[in-house]
Amino acid sequence: MAEILEVKNLVKHFPGVQAVNGVEFSIRPGVCFGLLGPNGAGKTTTIEIMEGIQKPTAGEVLYKGEPIGSRFKEEAGIQFQTTALQEFLTVKETLKMFHGLYKRSADFDALIDMCQLRDLLARDTRKLSGGQRQRLLLAIALVNDPEVIILDEPTTGLDPHARRVFWSLIDTIKQRNKTVLLTTHYMEEAYHLCDEIAIMEKGKIIAQGSPAQLLKAHFDDTVISIPAEDFKVPVETYAEEAYLHHESVTIRTNNVQKSIQLLLDNDIPLSRLEIRARTLDDLFIELTENDLQS
Amino acid sequence: MKRFWAVLKARNLEFLRDRTALAWNFVMPVAFVFGFAFLFSSDEQDVYKIGVYPSSEAIVNHESSFFDMRYVKFIPIDHLPTAIDKVKHHQLDMVIDLNKPSRYWINSTSANGYFLEKLLLAESIKSEDIASIAQLLHVVDVPEKQTVSGREVRYVDWVLPGILAVNMMFSCLYGVGYVIVRYRKNRVLRRLKATPLLVFEFLAAQVVSRWLLTVVMAVIVFVVCDIFVNFFMRGSYVALLVVFATGSLTLISLGLVVAARIKSEELSDGVLNLISWPMMLLSGVWFSLEGVHPMAQKLSQVFPLTHMISAARAIMNDGAGLLDVYPQMLILVGMATVFFIIGSLSFRWE
Repeated sequence: MAEILEVKNLVKHFPGVQAVNGVEFSIRPGVCFGLLGPNGAGKTTTIEIMEGIQKPTAGEVLYKGEPIGSRFKEEAGIQFQTTALQEFLTVKETLKMFHGLYKRSADFDALIDMCQLRDLLARDTRKLSGGQRQRLLLAIALVNDPEVIILDEPTTGLDPHARRVFWSLIDTIKQRNKTVLLTTHYMEEAYHLCDEIAIMEKGKIIAQGSPAQLLKAHFDDTVISIPAEDFKVPVETYAEEAYLHHESVTIRTNNVQKSIQLLLDNDIPLSRLEIRARTLDDLFIELTENDLQS
Repeated sequence: MKRFWAVLKARNLEFLRDRTALAWNFVMPVAFVFGFAFLFSSDEQDVYKIGVYPSSEAIVNHESSFFDMRYVKFIPIDHLPTAIDKVKHHQLDMVIDLNKPSRYWINSTSANGYFLEKLLLAESIKSEDIASIAQLLHVVDVPEKQTVSGREVRYVDWVLPGILAVNMMFSCLYGVGYVIVRYRKNRVLRRLKATPLLVFEFLAAQVVSRWLLTVVMAVIVFVVCDIFVNFFMRGSYVALLVVFATGSLTLISLGLVVAARIKSEELSDGVLNLISWPMMLLSGVWFSLEGVHPMAQKLSQVFPLTHMISAARAIMNDGAGLLDVYPQMLILVGMATVFFIIGSLSFRWE
């Protein structure tokens, strides 16, 4: 299937800063694509160039094979990381205003129900909670029944419940075969929602693929954690490589049975032992460690 | 057109629901008009202020006709040095000490003091004597006194077009200039930039919204004030409306030029003040520009407010029609066009 969005050798310089340095990726229709990276990695700049908000120093962004322009604006839905709405308007009036800016339009009632805004229609937008406001901003992004939806850190600052509600909304959008481009700081969110992810560091993409592919490519071990107070043996002299981190001891192993047997041999209680597979959090930290340290 | 209407409707709702701004747009000009009507409503306005020492009794008992003069306020003084100090600070135009030998003080830099001195000294010669002396000497042809007839144009009638225009100026400049900068600062414009909305559609909606609201507000203010103050209106109400509508379009377009790129509300506030204060002082709002420095007169022609007020006064006070004020109208339309083009071409969403 032809790519719906293509980013080609994107470069963006600011005075004294190279925010984006040769970023290249493409997104197939119907895919939820996650762009991850630490603060300052260049995610938002990349997204803003894709949205047409900023102009690149070099490179281009293609939508359905054409440079982004009026067609893209008509067919894309965008939720910015930070945005303000016109004051003194209700939720309904705000949605109607944005509705009036597009030739295409979503079913208004269905959109309101999907974003759970029915009870908030008459409310002044300044009086919405964080979660309600994000749902409204998502509804605005969907008001033109877009082909592509760009969501820049849509759940940052939301409580866990509001975040889960938002995830279910994005799941609904995905079920409608819409293409979603998502940036997030939450690896759990990316793992849950994204079919494909790209991790950025210092303006470049350093890893790209499906979450499962990336985990498989980077890790072949399992993580065992034991509270430090239960781990009676000195970490330095333990038979396997173990790390003391905060109040727990972590062992990374390729043979879980053997490691557990070793723990039993050292009379270490297993009642509070945790075994988990590697996650995107581990991958993110491992890949961006240098950036974080610098 | 659909996008234009969507933005226009949203902007109108925003303005109409901002009760404080709405009330201010109505209250300020009404308060100004009532204030001026009250201040200048009495039949005799005192032009000069003279402090009289030692007491008011001295004025009553004094034989000089100088103390019967109209348009002069005589203020009893208890402490002479304080009164002299007030002359120094232009709070009094003259102080007279009636104790023998009588004395008077004026500030040599005060025009009022200069004229009062002439009046005081002239009063010592009776007017019949002046005429007879003049005739005797065949030097002065004493002119015959005439009075103007018909309804008088009060100061409040003269100043009203200026007050309405100033109110419209603030509403237009700040209502567009300041609001667009605020939109830019809090990223409302950035959100709109990501939609198919065109710059022209956005700006046209802002202009039309502010224009409608300003003109409607001016009509309401005029009607309310007229009920209580009964303005002198010789010309056509329709012509006056056309002048104000054209003038407000020009001022809104000027606001667009200010708002085109500025990102900071503080800077826009400064620039708007820089534009509005000279306009308010040099457009003939409060006083006639007759006789002011030629440079100031030339400078005043740069301001749209000057032409708007001049046309409005011609209609209200002199009964002029639109054809009579076409030079001012042409200038206003020309300025509006130029300002709108500059504002549109230099506009940035961010």
